[in-house]
Amino acid sequence: MDFLAEHQPELLPGNRQLPPTQGVIEAPHGTTIVAATFPGGVVLAGDRRATMGNVIAQRDIEKVFPADEYSAVGIAGTAGLAVEMVRLFQLELEHFEKVEGAQLSLEGKANRLSTMIRSNLGMAMQGLAVVPLFAGYDVDRAKGRIFSYDVTGGRSEEQGYAATGSGSIFARGAMKKLFRADLTEAEATTLVVQALYDAADDDSATGGPDVARRIYPIVTVITEDGFRRLGDDESSEIARSILERRLEQPDGPRAALL
Amino acid sequence: MSTPFYVSPQQAMTDRAEFARKGIARGRSLVVLQYADGIVFIGENPSRALHKFSEIYDRIGFAAAGKYNEYENLRIGGVRYADLRGYTYDRDDVTARGLANVYAQTLGTIFSSAAEKPYEVELVVAEVGETPEGDQIYRLPHDGSIVDEHGSVAVGGNAEQISSFLDQRHRDGMSLAEALKLAVQALSRDTNGTQREIPAERLEVAVLDRTRPQARKFKRIVGRQLVRLLEADGAASEAESAENPEDSGSSEE
Repeated sequence: MDFLAEHQPELLPGNRQLPPTQGVIEAPHGTTIVAATFPGGVVLAGDRRATMGNVIAQRDIEKVFPADEYSAVGIAGTAGLAVEMVRLFQLELEHFEKVEGAQLSLEGKANRLSTMIRSNLGMAMQGLAVVPLFAGYDVDRAKGRIFSYDVTGGRSEEQGYAATGSGSIFARGAMKKLFRADLTEAEATTLVVQALYDAADDDSATGGPDVARRIYPIVTVITEDGFRRLGDDESSEIARSILERRLEQPDGPRAALL
Repeated sequence: MSTPFYVSPQQAMTDRAEFARKGIARGRSLVVLQYADGIVFIGENPSRALHKFSEIYDRIGFAAAGKYNEYENLRIGGVRYADLRGYTYDRDDVTARGLANVYAQTLGTIFSSAAEKPYEVELVVAEVGETPEGDQIYRLPHDGSIVDEHGSVAVGGNAEQISSFLDQRHRDGMSLAEALKLAVQALSRDTNGTQREIPAERLEVAVLDRTRPQARKFKRIVGRQLVRLLEADGAASEAESAENPEDSGSSEE
């Protein structure tokens, strides 16, 4: 934010001087975020684990946040920095909306996030990277869209589905086989939880649904009606039904061979 | 070297106040009213693009009469102040009182500095609370003083007449439609006492609605929703007052 840069530069993440360090700084890292579109909107979901090296730092971290009424951002990477980045991003969108009297376009929001990630490049090179996934409902085009980023702020729009974080390889594989263009909202939410389950299955840093502690993935849906986070009862329902099927078929649903 | 004219400070201040008052009186009036579920802002504004009312923060709204460029400047300053506060501390730490103080300082400094002309604006800063008792409305005249208002407030050209009209008729716990009707009645009275018609498309209406589920309580009421409210109120309030003539408003809560 230009005003902040002029008046209180110390509040901006990119303006801090880092002391030279040896080796990797140990800080909690968030892991897997997945997103998928369906006709009429987009779903964005994340697991609940934060890790610090081989230790589970937090079991119930929240990594998916509403950015404004029509968009959400899920964060993978250094948790502390990522949460701050999201807070600043939310502030910027709201500030723009109030001053200009109109919302930023979805492209505009995605570009803004890109600049913020780039300003973090110095820290990313010291091992404190933040790599978010941005999803929103494009009011002008009347459809859900997903944007993924790399550490340098490079932005690319993803068609259909996307994943970021340490378990993203496995989540992407799962979604590749299960995704269809004509999913309903309920099917899309099931799809992303399936993908998170597969990520947790193969990646130690991603947490699966924790039935004993009642910690389930955060699932959010953005449609024409705006942002909605599924309640605990809804997400536990999805996680439990998946879990039940996996007791019979541990690898999950099978796609057709040909 | 010629001696500059001596102007007594009293005379200078009176002149400046006169200048500011005249500027404000040229603009159209607007009113801010408390109703059962929050605070409603109503004004006559032919423009769809230049707003008189605006959101400052979650629970805080802003209304201004006078010169557009001057109050727009103050509005943006207020949004910046609020957003910076909320980001540095917490969203709950942004209050209407703090904001009103900042505005009062700004207006006061400009009013008494000889180098600048005084701002020709009058502001209202309102914050909606969890209950009607928690609502706060501050009126800030051009000279930087703060007036703590309750129930109803009017600013702009015909403000004195309108506020006395509102003071007589405003009750606590009015419904939105009732408050809207009263405000339109008040605004459509001319200085010479005649009534004129203000069509819905020339009205700017916004509410701070405490029943909204989102954190941001500010909402503009436009188009069909406004027309519906304006039409509904005649029939609804008549039917209501026929049923229980004493307290038709409090049953709305």
